[in-house]
Amino acid sequence: MSALLDGLGAAAIAAGALFFLAGTVGLLRFPDPLSRVHALAKADAVGLGLIVLGLLPHAADVATGAKLVAVWALVQLAGTAASQLLASAARRGAASG
Amino acid sequence: MAEGLLAAAAFVLATVAVGLVRLLRGPTDADRVMAAQLLGTGGTAVLLLVAVASAAPAVLDVALVLALVAAFASAAFASAVGSEDPAGAPDAE
Amino acid sequence: MSAGLALDAGIVALLLCAAGAAVAARSAFAGVVGFLAYGLALALAWVRLAAVDVALTEAAVSALTGVLLLGAAVRLRASEAAVAAERPSRGLRLAAALLCSAVAAGLAAVVLAFADPAPSLAPDAARRLPATGLDNPVTAALLSWRAVDTLLEKVVLLAGLLAVWSLAHDRAWGGRPGPPPRATRDGALALLARLLPPIGIVTGVYLVWTAADHPGGAFPGSTLLAAMWVLARMAGAVDAPAVGDPRLRAALVAGPLAFFAVGFAGYAWADGFLAYPAGWAKPLIVAIEIPMTISVAAALALLVAGPPVRAPSR
Repeated sequence: MSALLDGLGAAAIAAGALFFLAGTVGLLRFPDPLSRVHALAKADAVGLGLIVLGLLPHAADVATGAKLVAVWALVQLAGTAASQLLASAARRGAASG
Repeated sequence: MAEGLLAAAAFVLATVAVGLVRLLRGPTDADRVMAAQLLGTGGTAVLLLVAVASAAPAVLDVALVLALVAAFASAAFASAVGSEDPAGAPDAE
Repeated sequence: MSAGLALDAGIVALLLCAAGAAVAARSAFAGVVGFLAYGLALALAWVRLAAVDVALTEAAVSALTGVLLLGAAVRLRASEAAVAAERPSRGLRLAAALLCSAVAAGLAAVVLAFADPAPSLAPDAARRLPATGLDNPVTAALLSWRAVDTLLEKVVLLAGLLAVWSLAHDRAWGGRPGPPPRATRDGALALLARLLPPIGIVTGVYLVWTAADHPGGAFPGSTLLAAMWVLARMAGAVDAPAVGDPRLRAALVAGPLAFFAVGFAGYAWADGFLAYPAGWAKPLIVAIEIPMTISVAAALALLVAGPPVRAPSR
């Protein structure tokens, strides 16, 4: 059972790392700022979520696990809000010149 | 297990570091801030992995603080761009 | 190559690339973002160097420097062409590069020439730690063994704030910094300003409280508090207080005053300035830290707000 949890955790972390790679590829290859923001926000949110999911079995106690989830929730909030702000700033910049 | 976590951390760090290219190339300023935002999220992931790998709960606090300030660069940029006077008047001295 | 070594190598590479990007950038804005990336990489480096307290401070301060520098870079975009026209000559830039490289090489030579194990006060600190009643040697160093340095740093912070205030126009002296608050058009910013500050305030207080036994500290805690206020102000939710407000000034000096009071009382109840009587170290440190957190948070927040520009309403 513990080996199964470890295996699932490792798979989740590996998948999360791949999503980060996808986010970077999107940032570098997508054609315009709005699509880049989209790639950034989505890939990073999922990537970090998968990494937190994979780390939860390794958490030493409930408090550590709660902190991991709290960090994830905060990054979700920050990432979502930041992508909205960057998109509106990018549109304003495009509108003015 | 700790080795695997640190290897994942090194991989994530490498991928978000490559995003720095967008910082130098990115035609608009929003692109550059995006590179910093990516680094912030990736850095938080690296810190979480390091915290569990080295069994140091204090590093989780650093990740928490980083998560709290992750949006500040984007917020500052959007706020500064939003309050720019469209006529481009210079600051009153 | 072990994974830890690979991670450290990656952090060093990121540091060099971010620093290079900050220096080689064409526009001031790109340079600022490169500098922010550099600060982030530095926080990761501090963690790997087992200096978690410094990493906390680096992460928290990056919020304030980000706001300050990005705002300045955007405001100064109009005059950037004039600045670029005044670029120093090639020879001067080459000389500056050589000088920086020489300093870096000198530092590297000194660090690599250390005897193995490097000279360190850590064993002495570990021996003296139980007497302070604390578990975190960094806090013991900051507030017990080298408390004088911390006290003087807080006074320097206030002097810096006075320097910023001195940039105000004569008629604006005593007034409020920055333009009047205007509710932001960005809904996302308003959301952040409503959701983050409660969490940030709790985390900041937690950092101050836990510094006695775990990595933390009054400085990252108060920086986080200041950052939350700066966020609320960016969203137009709060207005900066008038610089001449007596309550504000009382809050600013409360920390150093408490520090000085405990310091001079050291002559009465122990054997010198800032000496703590046996067994009283921890309560006295807490008594200093609480007003100091308030003062440092207020000072940092006002440093970001800038000099007063609106004339006082009197």
